[in-house]
Amino acid sequence: MLLILAVPLLALAGASSPGDIAAGARHPLFLPALWLSARTTLVSLAVMVLAGTPLAWWMASRPGRRSRIVESLVDLPIVVPPAVMGIALLETFGRNGLFGPFLSSLGVQVPFTTAAVVAAQVVVSAPFYVQATATAFRRVDEDLLIVARTLGHSPASTFFRVAVPLALPGMVAGAALAWARALGEFGATLLFAGNLPGTTQTMPLAVYTALESDARVAVALSLVLVGASALLLFPLRTLPALIGRRFGAGSGAGASPGSGLAGP
Amino acid sequence: MRWSVHVQASAGAFHLDACVEGEAAPVVIIGPNGSGKTTLLRVIAGAYQARSGRIRLGERVLFDSETGISIAPEERRVGYVPQGYGLFPHLTVLDNVAFGLVGGARRRARSERRRIAAELLADVKCSHLAPRHPATLSGGEKQRVALARALLPVPEMLLLDEPLAALDVAARRGLRAYLARHLARRTRPAIVVTHDPRDVHALGSPAVYALEEGRVVQQGPAGHLAAHPGTAFIAEFFGVDATGARPDT
Repeated sequence: MLLILAVPLLALAGASSPGDIAAGARHPLFLPALWLSARTTLVSLAVMVLAGTPLAWWMASRPGRRSRIVESLVDLPIVVPPAVMGIALLETFGRNGLFGPFLSSLGVQVPFTTAAVVAAQVVVSAPFYVQATATAFRRVDEDLLIVARTLGHSPASTFFRVAVPLALPGMVAGAALAWARALGEFGATLLFAGNLPGTTQTMPLAVYTALESDARVAVALSLVLVGASALLLFPLRTLPALIGRRFGAGSGAGASPGSGLAGP
Repeated sequence: MRWSVHVQASAGAFHLDACVEGEAAPVVIIGPNGSGKTTLLRVIAGAYQARSGRIRLGERVLFDSETGISIAPEERRVGYVPQGYGLFPHLTVLDNVAFGLVGGARRRARSERRRIAAELLADVKCSHLAPRHPATLSGGEKQRVALARALLPVPEMLLLDEPLAALDVAARRGLRAYLARHLARRTRPAIVVTHDPRDVHALGSPAVYALEEGRVVQQGPAGHLAAHPGTAFIAEFFGVDATGARPDT
């Protein structure tokens, strides 16, 4: 299995020389795509954390049929192909879509804009963050939350001072996974946002475009993308373990899903 | 201070219907696993909502389904020490104890709350533990720290869920005496849930409520329950004491 996972990446590295990578980095597609990817994935991450954390908390604190239904809905984008999610987004925000007439009456166009890139990334990656965070919240001992309340803390204070710090390793691991997914988002972006250089052409789409003209540029772009992802993800994956260690040995809440994701 | 709890509550298929009352002296609740002891404490603390009934603590009504009163847990002034002590693993011992002064109505400045917390830690002879994290403490140390933390906001009632269950035999003996002295010194009510008849004896002859399947099956002074056990569980609870074996899991 390790071979199946590692060999293609090694082959990619072997297919390119440092000179090629430099050439790829100088390619006119490269910088705008990198900048766009960085901007959109950061915005997507912020949207996921701000909107996904309350949902995860709700799912974790209300066991029952309703939260199970919600959980399945959250999982859906993981199993639905991204291209299908792209079509679904078009059917929602496109000119003839569900909110199309309403949006055009406001003079707002979503498809084929940078906002569409963010929407595609959020829809496809948020489930990873929400599920990891809900799992992390579920692992927080209910007694700790009760004790915090009896010590005079409001529900909000209990959430921020007890639940979040204890769930943090799992939340960070989930955010790292979701960010990686957003960075690699291709199918939904292509269908819903298109492939417009500078506006909607993120790194994966730039790789796709480069491949049509010059395979070597595509390989170089891919390598830069692999390097950038690894660079971004390394601290995010080691962080949960570090945070977990802060609680010392034997604390159940510290050993969150983060430890399962940490390290190669 | 008189207090009374008469509540009906449901958690899934489990139904609790209990009537417990007392004054300043500690009251003991015994019962098999799953009999609703912890649920009852959580209902009193306000963590679980009772379906109906009434909870009074002195002059204050904490819950009354008829008038729609339900005071939030943070305003009940009920201290809760859960089974396993519930220390916050991400905070030092000192910050655990000071937690009751971090937010809410009793909020104090950082230096002030640390000073107060340090005094309480000294009270339970745990000053040396202040900078450590809970994961590094022994069971007995955790118990003392949890007690100090619960006492810091000066609760009007103290709820202790199996305060000695997680300790080894030697630590249990020392702490049992300590806890009994401490509860005797306090003039405020306490409810102690226990699995161990020796905890009951250590508290003198407290009022005991035996809970089974969510209902009080027998109540009275410990001596009375020991002499006239109403159910097989109560007989076993007090009976096994003579052999010195622990009747719990």
